[in-house]
Amino acid sequence: MITFKTLILPLALAVTSCAGLNENDLRGTGDLGVVIERATGSVKIIDTSNMIALKQVTGLGDLSHASVVYSRDQRYAYVFGRDGGLTKVDILKGEINKRVIQAGNSIGGAISQDGKLVAVSNYSPGGVKVFNAATLELVEAIPAIYGTCGERSKIVGLIDAPGQIFVFSLYDAAEIWLADFSRAKAKITRFKNIGIQPYDGLITPDGRYYIAGLFGEDGLALLDLWHPEKGVKRILNNYGRGTKKMPVYKMPHLEGWAMTDDYIFLPAVGRSQVLVVNRRNWKKIKTIAVHGQPVFVMARPDGRQVWVNYAYPKNDTVQVIDSESLKIVKTLHPGKAVLHMEFTPRGEQVWVSARDDKKVTVYNTATFNAITTLPMEKPSGIFFTNRAHRIGL
Amino acid sequence: MLFNFKIILFLLSLLFYVPVNAESESISSMRKVELQNLLLQDCGSCHGMTMKGGLGPALTPDVLKSKSRKMITQTIAKGRSGTPMPPWNTLLTREEINWIVNALYTGIKF
Repeated sequence: MITFKTLILPLALAVTSCAGLNENDLRGTGDLGVVIERATGSVKIIDTSNMIALKQVTGLGDLSHASVVYSRDQRYAYVFGRDGGLTKVDILKGEINKRVIQAGNSIGGAISQDGKLVAVSNYSPGGVKVFNAATLELVEAIPAIYGTCGERSKIVGLIDAPGQIFVFSLYDAAEIWLADFSRAKAKITRFKNIGIQPYDGLITPDGRYYIAGLFGEDGLALLDLWHPEKGVKRILNNYGRGTKKMPVYKMPHLEGWAMTDDYIFLPAVGRSQVLVVNRRNWKKIKTIAVHGQPVFVMARPDGRQVWVNYAYPKNDTVQVIDSESLKIVKTLHPGKAVLHMEFTPRGEQVWVSARDDKKVTVYNTATFNAITTLPMEKPSGIFFTNRAHRIGL
Repeated sequence: MLFNFKIILFLLSLLFYVPVNAESESISSMRKVELQNLLLQDCGSCHGMTMKGGLGPALTPDVLKSKSRKMITQTIAKGRSGTPMPPWNTLLTREEINWIVNALYTGIKF
């Protein structure tokens, strides 16, 4: 006997699945993500299992340099916009949950170990602001005041570290600050003279080492977070732009620095090279000549491949380095102005954005074949929800 | 003879013909679209898509009116040492740089 329910249920399912994200649908978010559409101030919510865009969310302001972190339940994407906007997007409902304009000009952010605090790094006014992740109410403002005249520095390389800590670098002040939120009032530890113009920072996947790249001089600043009392030390003194300062057409991004078991792969600054460094002693092992000035150098989650994209004007190309032979094994042309790449959680696919061709291409990382292409409005950063559970992201 | 003279006169006049917007006239409309995109998207990576600043300073008409056009042109062409601003004269022609300077002083339309 056919009941009313058996008739109506498949019909209802068909309708809701066509509608994309529906409040009444039960689903997880582990295979969702967002793509920043930088020119239109919007994001597209995407589904990596079905390789489709589910919904566009608009009204996020100037996203010309935007990044995203996720709530630990992987439901909310916190989008940090250039114009100081902090937007909490509900990716299940496909709508803005909360939005504040918290500064004049910002660059990125981080979420705390316990998921309760969201920190934003600001250029203007220079400093870090920390918000309640649920309500986006201000918890604490940390003005980056340095020097004797009350100057404020731009903040770069803000990441979260174990122990409810945020670490960041002061571009203008040559300092690294550690803000410990494990107690009610934040405790700030300052490290001075870490090197000229730190431009970005990263934390190793185990949460132990914070490394800041320096633009104004050679070398990198390394802080061992297990032993902050030992201070910041300089590593790879031969790493950088060298004595003949090479022009850099796009700042390399360090968040994506690739780490495999033995090696770290670094984008050279101003040179068409990827550097391979021994993780144990921070010594350079090899220089790999590549197509252009690298921007993102990212390891597939299993560390078997390293994918690299490039600065203008060589930004139509992506290359893949084999992490064992340290040779380039593939050169791809995903389109004009390739800005970012993001691997699915276990790395069988990589999504690549081509801003000027207004598309995102999904590649099979084993065969390098393009599986599908999704139209997007000037796509830049791609952020999948598995970032929610990774230290430093 | 007169004919030749006319031609010579015409050719001579070309030598002295320096119209105000010669730069933009010699740039194709397709190239202008590319330059506009470069300005918004690539310059915008550091200066903000609305030119209100980022790692690099703000470059809105308001900010620029107190700065010399020559200095701005030089900075784009040759970069600025001690900062991340790279020289663009290896990638753009003088005319293209002038077009960008004009666009900045006029203000960028969206």
